[in-house]
Amino acid sequence: MTTEEKRDYSTVPGAIGCSNAGDPIIQVRNIRKWYQVNKGLPIIGSHDWLKAVDDVSFDVPAGETIGLVGESGCGKTTTAKMVLGLEDPSTDGGVPVGSIYFEGQDVKTLTSAGRREMRRSVQAVFQDPWSSLNPRMRVNTIIGEPLEINTTMTKKERDTRAGDLLTEVGLNAYQGNLYPHEFSGGQRQRIGIARALALNPKLIVLDEPVSALDVSIRAQIMNILVDLQKEHNLAYILIAHNLATVRYMCHRTAVMYLGVVQEYGDTEAIFANPTHLYTNALISAALPSHPDIERDEIVLPGEVVSPVNPPLGDVFQTRTPLPVRKNHKYTKERPPLVEVGKDHYVVETPWSTVTGHDLSEFKLSVDQEMAK
Amino acid sequence: MAKESDPKVKDESIDRDGFGPSTVRDEVVLELKNLQTHFTTKWGTVKACDGVSYAVKKGETLGVVGESGSGKSVTALSIMRLIQSPPGVIAGGEVILNGRNILELSEKEMTKVRGGEISMILQDPMQALNPVFDINDQVGEAIGIHQGLKGKSRWEKVVDALKKVRIPAPALRAKDYPHQLSGGMRQRVVGAIGISSNPSVIIADEPTTSLDVTIQAAYLRLLKQIQAETGAAIIFITHDFGIVAKMCDRVAVMYAGRIVEMADVREIFNNPLHEYTKALIGSVPKLEEKTGRLPQIEGQPPLLYNLPPGDSFAPRSPLKYDEKDANIRPELIEVQPNHFVQMSRCSVADFDKYKDLVSY
Repeated sequence: MTTEEKRDYSTVPGAIGCSNAGDPIIQVRNIRKWYQVNKGLPIIGSHDWLKAVDDVSFDVPAGETIGLVGESGCGKTTTAKMVLGLEDPSTDGGVPVGSIYFEGQDVKTLTSAGRREMRRSVQAVFQDPWSSLNPRMRVNTIIGEPLEINTTMTKKERDTRAGDLLTEVGLNAYQGNLYPHEFSGGQRQRIGIARALALNPKLIVLDEPVSALDVSIRAQIMNILVDLQKEHNLAYILIAHNLATVRYMCHRTAVMYLGVVQEYGDTEAIFANPTHLYTNALISAALPSHPDIERDEIVLPGEVVSPVNPPLGDVFQTRTPLPVRKNHKYTKERPPLVEVGKDHYVVETPWSTVTGHDLSEFKLSVDQEMAK
Repeated sequence: MAKESDPKVKDESIDRDGFGPSTVRDEVVLELKNLQTHFTTKWGTVKACDGVSYAVKKGETLGVVGESGSGKSVTALSIMRLIQSPPGVIAGGEVILNGRNILELSEKEMTKVRGGEISMILQDPMQALNPVFDINDQVGEAIGIHQGLKGKSRWEKVVDALKKVRIPAPALRAKDYPHQLSGGMRQRVVGAIGISSNPSVIIADEPTTSLDVTIQAAYLRLLKQIQAETGAAIIFITHDFGIVAKMCDRVAVMYAGRIVEMADVREIFNNPLHEYTKALIGSVPKLEEKTGRLPQIEGQPPLLYNLPPGDSFAPRSPLKYDEKDANIRPELIEVQPNHFVQMSRCSVADFDKYKDLVSY
């Protein structure tokens, strides 16, 4: 599966909002991650399911960034872990089976050589620049570690490559001899990026790459990531909770709630016309970039509901401020994503979209929120 | 729906987002005069706070903005006299709270002030709260010390404090332990400890960093409401200009231990004069529109034991300047009513407009 061969996407099932356009590196189809949570006595006790990820599908084309957005517990990090192979999508206990496709091939059907190729091609940059670098290794060794495991390069060759990578991320080659503690947070994040680039990956998972950094350094790191993407035609999966970062870096966005994608599509299409109530709540809660900008803030009652035993139907029905009709079919059945605009898909139920509703009574009623 | 057209001028009489009309009064409640806090290290003396002066009025929210190492937190700790000594020492200046210089108080007197007239809300609620004591013990501790209450009257005050921070079912929550509460609730408990003795000044050191965006919005609204109810002044330490835009009446921008610009919040956003302020505001991507390439500040914040002699921002300034100008230590000058800028040829593009105000 080299880039010269034409990739075969014929075995990849379709999904709403996904096509095989743009040579996707990773395609995720209906994946789920359910954890068994025992209540009461083990074995004899009843099992509850913690549904961290519950039917997620998206494509990541080469050279593009997809953003996974949502509050804590929405499943974005678990989804990324499945893409990285750190977790497998759930397949037991009556969970409907989904799949991850790497360059058109179901990862379950890959040979060991294929799996090695995938692991080289899918890398990660983590959130915390302090705990993600081994403090006892020199930077050269940290960046060279993936090379040591995956190639037959000599130490000298690895050090040279590490030097090249350091230059590429804006540091100096000689700094390879230093230890991580001798660098600032932003510089350490650059080292993490250099390490992710070592094996010439095709896709990098960026797990909140700038949230732990000072605001003035964030711009530097975001700009490096954008430049590297153009230079190497890299695909990114960006996990972020800061919507402005997502708007800046992502071509496409998926807004997740309780493990289910609520709104998905082209980033600009979503921001120009945010349709799902949850997306609107996130946008309205975001901080403004100027004191004169006012947003009518939509307050959702309560805090994020726990992903243990979520509703069988639409997951948003317990958090929406709009009335939910008791026998509506989507209280028991999962509503699908529906196309509402060009490359813009939303889960559409009477209680989760903003069109046709007067939401003024839900704007900003603190006492109502606190009374629950 | 939630998209912006052009920024409209805020109509003070309409409470659009729960933040209420302005609560600022005229009375100055806290004033720092030329505060100096130094740390002796093996590499030299670190001037973490190098001549910081600002005043906060009753009901006002002052944002103190800067990168790591700018001195914003050390200033706050100096006000609370929580600087570890050695190696730190408050080397000079005055901190005038409600009319008296608290740097001159004895430690015993200061203990009454700390958590009483002036209190602090820290960044990480899990570190601020003791995991083995329940909420009643922790909120009650502050009340017991500062108001001398015990037993039932203390319990009533605890429940009252939890009610003030809008924690639902406060009598039940008071018996919980920190790990049983969500992140947003824990931060509210920390807030309850902070306001339990009705302080005149609340120092909030990045209290919303670990919170989700909707929880953060609710928490900031809560702080503003408490301010409206009690008239407390808030010093809000942050590196996030979004919080500044939403919460603050005035802003002080700090760099390498000194204030480089200070003004009303609108003035700072509409008319920033110092290159560092401009760069900080400019480097934040906007949610309201698609940002082109983000301008970035080159270089790193300086090492505080190795500061350039004059203008500490000069090495990172995009302006062109002579070497000799970089060696002049710039002064903080009031260039317009209530708008202070550290006037340096290297860092202020409009220097020539105001050069008559300085002697160099």
